[in-house]
Amino acid sequence: MSKKRSIEEINEKIRKGKAVVLTAEQVAAMGREETPAVIAEKVDVVTTGTFGPMCSSGMFINFGHTDPPMRMERITLNNVPVFAGIAAVDAYIGATETALPHDQYGGAHVIEELIAGKDILLQATAKGTDCYPRTEVKTLINRATVNEMIMFNPRNAYQNYNVAVNSTSKMKYTYMGTLLPSFGNATFSTSGELSPLLNDPEMRTIGVGTRIFFGGTTGYVAWHGTQFNTGKPVNENGIPVGNAATLALIGNAREMNTKFIRAAYFEKYGVTIFIGAGIPIPVLDEDMARRVMIRNSQIETNIIDYGSPGHDVLGRADYKSLFSGEITLNGKKIRTAPLSSLRVAREIAETLRLEITAGRFLLTAPVEAFTKTPGLNNLDIRL
Amino acid sequence: MKSRRFVLTFPPEATGEPITYNLIRKFDIMVNIVRADVSPGKIGHLVMEMTAPSKVLKEGMEYMKQQNVECVPIDRKITYRKDLCVHCGACSAVCFAGALTMDHKSAELVFEPEKCVVCELCLTACPLKLFAIDLG
Repeated sequence: MSKKRSIEEINEKIRKGKAVVLTAEQVAAMGREETPAVIAEKVDVVTTGTFGPMCSSGMFINFGHTDPPMRMERITLNNVPVFAGIAAVDAYIGATETALPHDQYGGAHVIEELIAGKDILLQATAKGTDCYPRTEVKTLINRATVNEMIMFNPRNAYQNYNVAVNSTSKMKYTYMGTLLPSFGNATFSTSGELSPLLNDPEMRTIGVGTRIFFGGTTGYVAWHGTQFNTGKPVNENGIPVGNAATLALIGNAREMNTKFIRAAYFEKYGVTIFIGAGIPIPVLDEDMARRVMIRNSQIETNIIDYGSPGHDVLGRADYKSLFSGEITLNGKKIRTAPLSSLRVAREIAETLRLEITAGRFLLTAPVEAFTKTPGLNNLDIRL
Repeated sequence: MKSRRFVLTFPPEATGEPITYNLIRKFDIMVNIVRADVSPGKIGHLVMEMTAPSKVLKEGMEYMKQQNVECVPIDRKITYRKDLCVHCGACSAVCFAGALTMDHKSAELVFEPEKCVVCELCLTACPLKLFAIDLG
């Protein structure tokens, strides 16, 4: 009879300070010697972590009302336009938004500065209504003056991502970094065996309401993310090959830390934001033990040529090779580099491990599991 | 024998003095020009590796100073804000010279200025803009 435990049993152990908590890297190493049955017996929780550029991120903010009040219709923060199409003094700061297309300062920088406690210039205009007579405002706001700062990211924690190469003779500047010509480099963006959705690839324990480490504080999985795709082919280790599922994450940005939320600019691509997240995975049974034992050599992804118009798939690579600094494609050796910080991902997984071990972080069972999807739609031009 | 890499800055007016030739012939310094950006009438830059006993390197540097050629060790020309680095690896992606690499154990960025060829690709590759090169 293989070991089975519930999340409530695990939480009881956590409360008593008796839970056995390891990071996904530690369990991957343990998995070299031990069987899934032994790991299911010995380990209660496995912590994961990731810190990489995640464009689909942003923050809801409420500025508080002026006297007389105003229904803000066009808003900028430090000259960056923010979305005003919600209630009077509610706004959404999108991470990738900039005033002009080639600006290197954008929403992500405003978000980081707000978290850091800096003053931000708020300017807004409105047509004026009988109930909201004010037509313009110019003032400074910061994390102490505003009401809410809710980080809500529609797509984070991508389950796997491809490797980017460039076959052309010209430099390519992309969201996968600067790609040197003629296969001069290959970039990848994942924390590999530490990655949240690669440790529970079928999302048995991750769903709406899963409590997580988010930006330095506690957050939650709010929904599945955009471009959520469970229809990707899996390899013999049950791992989707290429970018698959995604998560929408939510948390209180006022409690976050710029160690885990950092604004960034990718040359000739645009502004984005590094987001730090970590998810604890309860080892409920032998199947979960098998999942969390996943090693870098067992995780594969597609190598995509960002130089070709159709982004052709040229081959596959596993993460042990990618992290080693070199892969081989069609007999040719290519130097690799990450874009996602394994060092910070390790720090996140370890911080979460310590919090759970100390009894300060309890796990939640998902309120609702995610529905599988057959695939994604493309956008056809119908006009 | 000591090998060190320097950034040499030449004034726009030609000195008439064959600096590199003299470093080699008069001082017996092994010279390797890693990068050259020299045009008549403009400030010129050379990234040069010099190998010689320490005392001889010092004499060579003194000679260049007398010729009005600024000679600065490369690590003083490049600033890298290690305190702000998140060790993402984006700079290591473009560094074909191998001066920026990821340590496999610590997963931290390792910067070895002595391998730098001052191609300046890291300046734009770093998403947090942590590199600066002061060529004067």
